[in-house]
Amino acid sequence: MRYFPLTDPDREKILKTLGIKHIKELFSDIPQDKAYYSLDDIPSAVPEDELIKRFQAIARKNTFKDYTSFLGGGAYNHFTPEVVNYLSQKGEFLTPYTPYQPEVSQGSLQAMFEYQTMMTMLTGMDVSNASLYDGGTAAAEGVLLALRKGRKKNTILVARNLHPEYIEIIESYIRDLVEYKIEYVDFKRETGKIDINELEKKICESCAGFIFQSPNFLGVVEDTREISDILHQKNAYSVQVVTEAMSLPFLESPGKNNVDIVVGEAQSFGLPLSYGGPFLGFMAVKEEFIRHMPGRLVGQTVDVDGKRGYVLTLSTREQHIKREKATSNICSNQAWCALKAGIYLSTMGKTGLMKIAKTNHLNTAYFTKEIEKFSHVSIKYKSNFFNEVVLEIKNIPVDDFFKKSEAHHILAGVPLKWFYKDYENAVLVNFTELHKKADIDTFIRAIGELK
Amino acid sequence: MTMKLPELIFNISKDGKNGYSFSEPEFSDDIMAVDGKYRRTDIENFPQLSEVEIVRHYTNLSHLNHSVDSGFYPLGSCTMKYNPKINEKIAGMEELSAHPYAPLKSVQGNLEIMKNLEEWLTKITGMAAFTLAPAAGAHGEFVGVKIVRQHLAEQGDPRKIILIPDSAHGTNPASAHFSGYETKEIPSNADGIIDVETLKAHLNKDVAALMMTNPNTLGIFEKNIMEIAGVLHANGSLLYMDGANMNAFMGIVKPGDLGVDVLHLNLHKTFSTPHGGGGPGSGPIGVAPHMVKHLPVPIISKKGDEYQVSYFNQGIGRIKNFYGNFLVAVRALVYVMSLGKEHLRKVAEDSVLNANYIRKNLENHLDLPYSSKTLHEVIFSDKGLKVKTLDIAKRLLDFGIHPFTVYFPLIVHGAMMIEPTETESLETLDEFIATMKTVLAEAEENPAKLEQAPYTTPVRRLDEVFAARQLILRWKPSQTEH
Amino acid sequence: MDLKKLRFTKEHEWVSVNGDIATIGISDYAQKELGDVVYVELPSVGDTIKKGDPCSNIESVKAVSDIYAPISGEVTEVNENLESSPELINQSPYAEGWVFKLKMDDAGELKELMDQPQYEEYLKGILEE
Repeated sequence: MRYFPLTDPDREKILKTLGIKHIKELFSDIPQDKAYYSLDDIPSAVPEDELIKRFQAIARKNTFKDYTSFLGGGAYNHFTPEVVNYLSQKGEFLTPYTPYQPEVSQGSLQAMFEYQTMMTMLTGMDVSNASLYDGGTAAAEGVLLALRKGRKKNTILVARNLHPEYIEIIESYIRDLVEYKIEYVDFKRETGKIDINELEKKICESCAGFIFQSPNFLGVVEDTREISDILHQKNAYSVQVVTEAMSLPFLESPGKNNVDIVVGEAQSFGLPLSYGGPFLGFMAVKEEFIRHMPGRLVGQTVDVDGKRGYVLTLSTREQHIKREKATSNICSNQAWCALKAGIYLSTMGKTGLMKIAKTNHLNTAYFTKEIEKFSHVSIKYKSNFFNEVVLEIKNIPVDDFFKKSEAHHILAGVPLKWFYKDYENAVLVNFTELHKKADIDTFIRAIGELK
Repeated sequence: MTMKLPELIFNISKDGKNGYSFSEPEFSDDIMAVDGKYRRTDIENFPQLSEVEIVRHYTNLSHLNHSVDSGFYPLGSCTMKYNPKINEKIAGMEELSAHPYAPLKSVQGNLEIMKNLEEWLTKITGMAAFTLAPAAGAHGEFVGVKIVRQHLAEQGDPRKIILIPDSAHGTNPASAHFSGYETKEIPSNADGIIDVETLKAHLNKDVAALMMTNPNTLGIFEKNIMEIAGVLHANGSLLYMDGANMNAFMGIVKPGDLGVDVLHLNLHKTFSTPHGGGGPGSGPIGVAPHMVKHLPVPIISKKGDEYQVSYFNQGIGRIKNFYGNFLVAVRALVYVMSLGKEHLRKVAEDSVLNANYIRKNLENHLDLPYSSKTLHEVIFSDKGLKVKTLDIAKRLLDFGIHPFTVYFPLIVHGAMMIEPTETESLETLDEFIATMKTVLAEAEENPAKLEQAPYTTPVRRLDEVFAARQLILRWKPSQTEH
Repeated sequence: MDLKKLRFTKEHEWVSVNGDIATIGISDYAQKELGDVVYVELPSVGDTIKKGDPCSNIESVKAVSDIYAPISGEVTEVNENLESSPELINQSPYAEGWVFKLKMDDAGELKELMDQPQYEEYLKGILEE
């Protein structure tokens, strides 16, 4: 079989070299009554031509492509230039291991260095790491970083309008670390934004920091600068989550807003929807956090001839050296996804990113304006969004709204009743640069027919 | 060879260059709905390049990498096997790349794929159920220990300690720590394995579990595993198996038959998904029947002909966004389907043959610290050498071979861990063996030559001290061409 | 630095005493084991530390080593030169590479430490293993 270069004569030769008669002798330490069990319940091998047919048949059971989708909520359908796939699929990028032997890994390492740099530019922070698993686990790592650096402080404040899955993940991560506590800060339903008064009251002596999202899960831009300043007055860290990385070229950077730790999801930079993974968690921080940061870091150095080169650095914080005292247990990361993001970012460039980001916003703004003409639906937060808005359905149950939208081949958005009790009839709708005016008009017409 | 590193994109960047093509916005700025104070007006120093320059840049970067596609890559415990290209084609199918919040009825194919892989994994491992959510092996270990914790907590006491062999990978104690446990190291014996008496000496009611890699990082089968499982269970403790080395006995024996309660697998090792320069991976967790309720959400099930998903259960909660690294799971499914019952067993058999062939041919040239049977990876020490293990590794680079794993596990001095995998030909093995003999001879006659190696790689030995002291972790505008 | 006047811990820290101020650093053996030092995390002036507390750490490319307080006291001074020149610990572990000073709570704690001949013996034992 094509993945096994050894021929039967080769195997014979090896057995002869080893001085044994049968391969089974090499497995003699395995309990013999458990070894070489029957493979009867394992399906037969499928050759390549048949494999393709089988997966095409499975793919036909996916009907989502029959719809125009306005789904967002932490995964976004953006345009990916062809070069991203072309370049990232090169075997020299796809098949090497982590660059522990840097002399033969300069391709991966320099690409990572460039990715790290671009992420610091976009976030306005001092350093970025070379990736984490996804936005949700990055948020959990951000929380742990704030708690770790906060030393004597054991409480983290969590915004209730942070992506609900991210909150779940943070809760799972903190649950078994009994020395830490989570407290929640609610948001104002009228504005969709964090209740600043409640935040101020809740920042106590033992609060290491506050983790919040902007634009938040309801699509609204938070007053990040104000939040950071309040936290700093009380010696607490400002931890911002960004689930839609495409907002970074459009909104003022977290760094300029005095954020200490930025974490989030960079799937929007060149990764397909992938049914949720693999995605690209990122973390960018102010200089004081560098030695406490989880994940790999690429640093620039020189070789014995004085030539510029790159290596993984500060590895002493990582699990393979510090073991139980490591800053994180992370080993494998999302390096290849970060490579794709780096290619995407350098291809789009400054003007491309800013223009695409603006297109996202303008498309959303157009929808928001047009909805004004209806009375049976409304946009809850009419301004200061990036590319997601909350659409309230007033005249019919939201499940009917979805059924009727689907009859128009439209996936209208993420049902907010999945996550919030007081948003029973609301839908989170997302527009990207891939939605044309015609698509948006079709959607608006369909909504109009629901009167 | 003096291949120059490509210039950094920031130094090639120039205003006016453009690398993309996309339709203009259809609406004017007049309708913008965001206050000026929130807006960004520039991304300082962000690069602008033409498409040509981008393609050349990354193409030239790719030439600087050694990869499985270009040559032998015998990193122990990493299982650098060939990454099949049909896996890439199928994982790239647009019809699979749905939004994770798409209505379940519109993604039945994707749910079928995940459920199929789960079933394959249960058949191969003998565990009762799987979750595909964890994003990597370490993530899986973390999840697995949380499952142990919840299980014991529900019985009254989560306990305090996880026992970990001295040969374990660093992610083991790190993962245990992040799940709220202290760790205690348990020594391997002269045969390189954990013996029952040593375990008993470390066992008490504070011990929640033993985390055991099998075969361990020495490439040796932990043959006392069933008795160990019995002793642990009698103490109310659990057995966690780190399945990173599953390549050694996939299709030969099932961990579920050996008394394992919780197991993680690495799809990017045993199941051929590409390493991508460090990830993405996927670390599915399999559990014994009494632990199934602790699995994290989401849980995929089949009711009649329909696949359903449950987002709430009695388990440890959510540990990853959405469903896990789905497209990595797709690649793994294509792989196991390609192997089928006819070839499944050959993975372990050929990888064990290859590792033993290397062992036999080098054991008179290098110190073999353990005489126990080798499975899929063999470990040598630097005893008696005039040079350091690192120097041998660096010299191998001059011969186009990626070195073995160095200095791990910590219990072997100057460890050299060699895992050829089953996807290497006898010719490649012979070439490796010949090269090793050449390099070892050089080490005897002219150690200084190795100490200055490598000579022919794109860059030579790099100054890691400089890197850690200077901490240049990003390009800055003052950093111009060089 | 007169090594004979120093006291040593099993974790390879040394203590030198002047009145009620103790200066603390790591031994030559320790710096050799660590390799090139790249970073030192210093305690803060004013910190109160108890004997045995981890109060600082020293990082090389291959390891990070905690420094455990050999005696209890209040930190009075830290060696700020280590911020820009961590290699001082390698070059001069007993002199320019000192890490921090503290005002001792209880000079009696010094008796629990090894003197230089005892430390030499202890090192011999380690190297034989």
